[in-house]
Amino acid sequence: MLLEVRDLHVEFHTRDGVAKAVNGVNYSVAEGETLAVLGESGSGKSVTAQAIMGILDMPPGKISGGEILFKDRDLLKLKKEERRKIRGQEMAMIFQDALSSLNPVLTVGQQLGEMFVVHRGMSRKDAKAKAVELMDRVRIPAAKERVGNYPHQFSGGMRQRIMIAMALALEPSLIIADEPTTALDVTVQAQVMDLLAELQRELNMGLILITHDLGVVADVADKIAVMYAGRIVETSPVHDIYKAPAHPYTKGLLRSIPRLDQKGQELYAIKGLPPNLLHIPPGCAFNPRCPMAQDVCRKDVPPLFDVAEHRQSACYFWKETLDAR
Amino acid sequence: MPEQTPDEAISSAGAGGTMDLALDEGDSLEKTPGGPRGTGPDTKPQSLWSDAWHDLRRNPVFIISALIILFLVIISIWPQLIASGDPLDCDLDKSQEGSQPGHPFGYDGQGCDVYTRVVYGARNSVTVGICSTIGVSLIGSILGGLAGFFGGWWDSILSRLTDVFFGIPVVLGGLVFLSVVTSSTVWPVIGFIVLLGWPQIARIARGSVITAKHNDYVQAARALGASNGRMMLRHIAPNAIAPVIVVATIALGTYISLEATLSFLGVGLKPPAVSWGIDISAASQYIRNAPHMLLWPAGALAVTVLAFIMLGDAVRDALDPKLR
Repeated sequence: MLLEVRDLHVEFHTRDGVAKAVNGVNYSVAEGETLAVLGESGSGKSVTAQAIMGILDMPPGKISGGEILFKDRDLLKLKKEERRKIRGQEMAMIFQDALSSLNPVLTVGQQLGEMFVVHRGMSRKDAKAKAVELMDRVRIPAAKERVGNYPHQFSGGMRQRIMIAMALALEPSLIIADEPTTALDVTVQAQVMDLLAELQRELNMGLILITHDLGVVADVADKIAVMYAGRIVETSPVHDIYKAPAHPYTKGLLRSIPRLDQKGQELYAIKGLPPNLLHIPPGCAFNPRCPMAQDVCRKDVPPLFDVAEHRQSACYFWKETLDAR
Repeated sequence: MPEQTPDEAISSAGAGGTMDLALDEGDSLEKTPGGPRGTGPDTKPQSLWSDAWHDLRRNPVFIISALIILFLVIISIWPQLIASGDPLDCDLDKSQEGSQPGHPFGYDGQGCDVYTRVVYGARNSVTVGICSTIGVSLIGSILGGLAGFFGGWWDSILSRLTDVFFGIPVVLGGLVFLSVVTSSTVWPVIGFIVLLGWPQIARIARGSVITAKHNDYVQAARALGASNGRMMLRHIAPNAIAPVIVVATIALGTYISLEATLSFLGVGLKPPAVSWGIDISAASQYIRNAPHMLLWPAGALAVTVLAFIMLGDAVRDALDPKLR
């Protein structure tokens, strides 16, 4: 296994108390595999990714438990300098907003080339040639002429391609993409996603795709992990989950996608608000919003039940959920 | 992001639109060398600094203040260019005499040529202004920048230390510190200004480093394996330096007037040094019978300070158009 996250806990110490952002997350990614992590804002999906990358702001953040095994090494036990060398070379991250993720005062060529200067000790001239090569690879037209341009001179889709090029520069074995297409136009979204998937196949990388867009996931991912209030509530191979969700939350998410065959009807929304991470409800965190909640849900935290092969659900009533289509 | 001039904004918006469409449809329309925004003379890649320079060159405030400052710097290096006399060559017989041929500004109380003294006085004022600003900016931005970047206890100590320095009244501090110094050179004055001035820059630098530190591209650089030093020098410093430059330029003018104030009080530069502050101080006793002795050095001081403050304003407008 390329990456294995085991029982990860992350909390933030704020003035109002301790916010438990991640409460025992387990997931794994193999080479060439795509894991989609789904969940609404505040569900802990980005925080988990930051913990894996080692770019969590500490303090206020604190990893209070768990292991992150990358190529059989526990990243949390490594020294700062060792972790820094892993970042960029062996794992890299693509951020949501490419405009703010690129330094406005450096040309894209300088920023792409920096990867080779920092990690490979190349000369600036060689690094620039490499930058052009990378821009060609992510299909930026006239790469040679545009290598000296600044980020604001590119369109949103082009900037995200540059971010992808930067992340792929040193051919890492794991890529974490944090909502890579959210800031883009719908037409450009599909292109960028296709490019990312294609390069992933080519380089046989593991990909963690963080998103709240179920539509993006269906075509690209191999498996899905749904997060809620810092926990994984359902994991599944990608197609099973669309056919029959095994957790009421996943079901709610799927029902809230607008569909062409339900034109004119009111769109379903999960009632209630996402939980306050300072005061996560006792028992199953989803119980105040769950239509199926019983007394047991308000008392005990449900463990992950095996629903089928490679499928797990953290719901006491997963059977009923599966059956009630 | 640097602001675009209107015509560039239009051309880039137009070109950007067509480029996206062309690419979205997998078209090869835009694959001609040069790219949509081309490499023509008008659409060169614009960085923050080249954009700011572009704005500055068109700003009359900048042009006027820059010319005045250029003139001041030239005469403080080569005062002989426009003044042939010696500022210390005085003749008591001519005390307080008014304007006469060859001596347009008249004579002061000691019978020295006011014109020559005003010209020679520029050197000390400009030296104090520039050296103090360099010292203050270096110390302030290094200490403030480190505090902003690392935070924690270092930041707490520095912040309290700046509070302490802000609590020292400048003139009172000058009277205390400088009255024990007997040297008649500019260096004790510069040292004093740097000592009291660095916290101002340190605060600005700290604030702008904290802002820059939280930008996504710094996080992105970290996620791609950049070291602390690299993040500071390459990603944070260039994006955090603009406010420091602006404040330092404006402060330069106030340092010059501070030198004059201290010299006026008798603790800054001391005779035989030539300084506008000393001359203003000496002339203040004769203001009724010989106002020209006061007006010329005071006027020179006012114009110099104004020029630096105007320059600072123009630089601020160019670097941060949002503040306009």
